[in-house]
Amino acid sequence: MRNPPRRRANWVIVASYLVALLLTIWPLPNWAEPFRPAWVVLATIYWCLFLPHRVGLLVTFGVGVLMDTLTGSLLGEHALALLLVAWITLKLHLQIRVFPWWQQTLAVLVLMLIYTFVLFWVDGMLGYTQGAMLRWMPVFITALLWPWVMQSLMLLQQRYQVS
Amino acid sequence: MLLLIATCIALMFYDHQRGHLEKIHAALSTLVYPVQAVVNAPYALAGWAQENLATHTALVNENTGLKRQLRIDSVQLQRFAALEQENARLRKLMQAGAKVAGHVVLARLLAVDMDSFRHTVIINKGAHDKVHDGQVLLDAHGIVGQVIRVGPVSSEAALITDPSQAIQVQINRTGLRTLAIGTADVNMLSLPYLPNSADVKRGDLLVSSGLDGRYPPDYPVAVVTVVHRDPAQPFDTVMARPVADLDHGHDVLLYFPHKASPPPAKPEPRTVKRTPGKKSR
Repeated sequence: MRNPPRRRANWVIVASYLVALLLTIWPLPNWAEPFRPAWVVLATIYWCLFLPHRVGLLVTFGVGVLMDTLTGSLLGEHALALLLVAWITLKLHLQIRVFPWWQQTLAVLVLMLIYTFVLFWVDGMLGYTQGAMLRWMPVFITALLWPWVMQSLMLLQQRYQVS
Repeated sequence: MLLLIATCIALMFYDHQRGHLEKIHAALSTLVYPVQAVVNAPYALAGWAQENLATHTALVNENTGLKRQLRIDSVQLQRFAALEQENARLRKLMQAGAKVAGHVVLARLLAVDMDSFRHTVIINKGAHDKVHDGQVLLDAHGIVGQVIRVGPVSSEAALITDPSQAIQVQINRTGLRTLAIGTADVNMLSLPYLPNSADVKRGDLLVSSGLDGRYPPDYPVAVVTVVHRDPAQPFDTVMARPVADLDHGHDVLLYFPHKASPPPAKPEPRTVKRTPGKKSR
């Protein structure tokens, strides 16, 4: 028995977000923690790029609030940062989609910079200003991961014919 | 888009004023609890396997070690009981109130990482187990932190090393009181308010003073590791290492203070003679 494609598509998207959230709170040794990539940002950028008619700002907002709860930050903090990323991606998705992979990586780098800046800004207002240098580490790591994540999500998308 | 951004900002604003969004937080924490449980599962499984698949000799060895420790501890406890009685007697002589004790309940940390710039942890006890906001977490060595958000089945706690946390301490050797503030480094607390003339040395034990009204008094907090005295500065640079197992403990104790019993009402002096038909009070 086959599910109708629409429902199957939703399941693939939900599963990818769930995996991203799991990886976000997966325990790492202390030294590795500053290097943790922003998995949820990668998933958000991917779905906003390739399925903008399915994953929009509302979904992003929901995921952001869940992430706030999981990381124990102020409610709305990650949601705001993710919303900005999703909004820019949605605005430019036609251009970014046809970029070669290294230009896409640069675009992800810029989006991650915005994301990190918003988080840093809000945290700074709350007095969490420690580790200012370490904060920029995930920016580069996430951007470097983009080609691989894009390839695997694309395989997944083709395999399950998500559209 | 603007509406959503406005929602985010409003959420952040109201969340910052603690207590407005407790219901939403409780609902969300229940929603994400399965995710946390899934992440925790391999570690829970490993712990279970370690307990159940251990060899006989390992268990015997552990048992011997624990018995030895128990003996040492109970000898210490005997002395402690005597001291406690003496202390109570002296306090009575000085007409000071008795110190309020409490009892503890074991809780377990979930093996999940949260924001790496905040030092918060999730414990597996929530409102169902009568956890309340601001409740103190201890472990076998000292003070761990306090609960900052209570969910139905789990709660969030801030370690004493979280940058938003401060704890009133006193130097055990001299009784000098000061504040210890989190530094976002799990091995370090900062004591920024000790003047140059303060009597503080490396190795001094800091215990909670209880003056903040949150942490119970006389529990060990940290050991002074760095004292840097610069005559040009009004304050010393003093760092201390928390004594509690903050980064690899898995069990913590939730501290429930006993309700401070009201001071025993003084028996009224019954000097007034009662005359029938008249109330003397």
